[in-house]
Amino acid sequence: MSAEIRLTGLVKSFRGPQGPVAAVRGIDVSIAAGETVALLGPNGAGKSTTIDMMLGLTAPDSGSVSLFGATPREAVDAGAVGAMLQTGALIRDLSVRELITMVAALYRDPMGVEDVIALAGLGEAASRRTQKLSGGQTQRVRFAVALVSDPDLLVLDEPTVAMDVEGRRDFWTAMRAFAARGKTVIFATHYLEEADANADRAVLMARGRIVADGPTTEIKARVGFKTIRTTLVDVAVAELAALPGVSAADRHGDSVILRCSDSDRAIRALLERHPSARDIEITGAGLEEAFLELTGDDHELGATPPEPPR
Amino acid sequence: MSGWIYTRYELLRAFRARRFFIFSLGFPVVLYFVIASPNRDVHDFDGLGVSFALYYMVSLASFGTMMAMISSGARIAGERQAGWTRQLRITPLSVRAYFRAKVLTSYAMAITSLLLLYVAGATLGVSLPAHSWLTMSGLILIGLLPFAALGITLGHLMTVDSIGPITGGTVSLLAIVSGTWFPVTSGFLHDLGVWLPSYWLVQAGRATITGHSWGAQGWLVIAAWTAVLTALAALAYRRDTGRV
Repeated sequence: MSAEIRLTGLVKSFRGPQGPVAAVRGIDVSIAAGETVALLGPNGAGKSTTIDMMLGLTAPDSGSVSLFGATPREAVDAGAVGAMLQTGALIRDLSVRELITMVAALYRDPMGVEDVIALAGLGEAASRRTQKLSGGQTQRVRFAVALVSDPDLLVLDEPTVAMDVEGRRDFWTAMRAFAARGKTVIFATHYLEEADANADRAVLMARGRIVADGPTTEIKARVGFKTIRTTLVDVAVAELAALPGVSAADRHGDSVILRCSDSDRAIRALLERHPSARDIEITGAGLEEAFLELTGDDHELGATPPEPPR
Repeated sequence: MSGWIYTRYELLRAFRARRFFIFSLGFPVVLYFVIASPNRDVHDFDGLGVSFALYYMVSLASFGTMMAMISSGARIAGERQAGWTRQLRITPLSVRAYFRAKVLTSYAMAITSLLLLYVAGATLGVSLPAHSWLTMSGLILIGLLPFAALGITLGHLMTVDSIGPITGGTVSLLAIVSGTWFPVTSGFLHDLGVWLPSYWLVQAGRATITGHSWGAQGWLVIAAWTAVLTALAALAYRRDTGRV
């Protein structure tokens, strides 16, 4: 497949109180038609700035964006791009149906309004005024607004932020239904599970750069370590960290987490020296571990937003 | 073609925004009754040969319509804060169609305000020949052009929090300098006022009822301000791409 979406050498700085702040420091990505790509990274990684440049809302300092061989503006005018931006309330004093009709009228060949309402799961809310919607319903209306042109490329910037668990599930079901029609979808998120469950490919960003790019399975595999969890009292963390095959140890009450470069050696040594260890679990790295490993040091942990409720 | 459906829904929204609607259109009418009712029997105000009720109907027509035009900026500021303006930028809606919708919506509010004040005037005994109503209305509508552009400019430059005081202050100052509340016929205020579009907006009504004309200077001032403010509005809209 040929690359339909191509970001080349994107760089963008903003003026800050202490001089220019580099938000994006050189991004190169090619995305083929029909791919679903997650743009992952902590707050401040440059995801939204990258999306703004992709949509033509912000001009890059250098580099270029090509969407289906055209500039962002041309692609937008052709109705080829739909987007759900990060910040977004709706304008007041229209019903959901009226608002979608209004936006649909801006395009040459939009989807049917009722089809969009059904696809976004807004059947019950269609006659309600936009200022009387719940947070989740508002997000679904914004999704509908992004879909209404029947775009070839759908860009979603943290789309599930205001949604509850059920809302999230329904949202991703709708998104996958749309993607299944051969559409290209790019979504930014800091929820790793969402990327794992809904994307074919993850692009990890940190501090304005891409630190990993590939299928989610491959990214997980790139991180070699495994984790041993066990219940073990009265042993110092430093002693555990010194075990062969263990690269780091951490204690939370009675439970101990060992990050291992060689989990086979580590488990043998652990059982030999501390036979009282019980409830032992050995797990491979999840996308979350991969994420932390690839986006930088553990000091960044605090900057990583909490996981969604399960 | 598509822009017209967008315009239609913008109008629908404007007339549904009840609080905004009532406040910005009701206020001039209330003010009119407060000022003019007690003086409804003054038939020759200030030796001008027109009744007090007519004189202030015309004053408030300029004030009310100017306020209706500029206050559409507050709606724009609200839409920007909601992130809606950025959403519109990723649709094929052209700048031209966007401005047209905003200007027509402002005019719809201004015309409603004007008609309400005419009705209010009529209840206090104001009557004019048909051609005077028409000339006055026509000149007022033309005189509002710079204010349509000013509303859009302010809407794209100000935040929701700052635009209220800014527009309120602007309208009040312009009204005083332009002789809305009391005749300004000489001195510094007059010399300054004649270069402001609001002065000619006031004159649009007054000239008609006192038999004077707008004159070349009026047309020139309105045209110049319209051109300058339209360019500013376009600039403000183009620059305003960031997150608010």
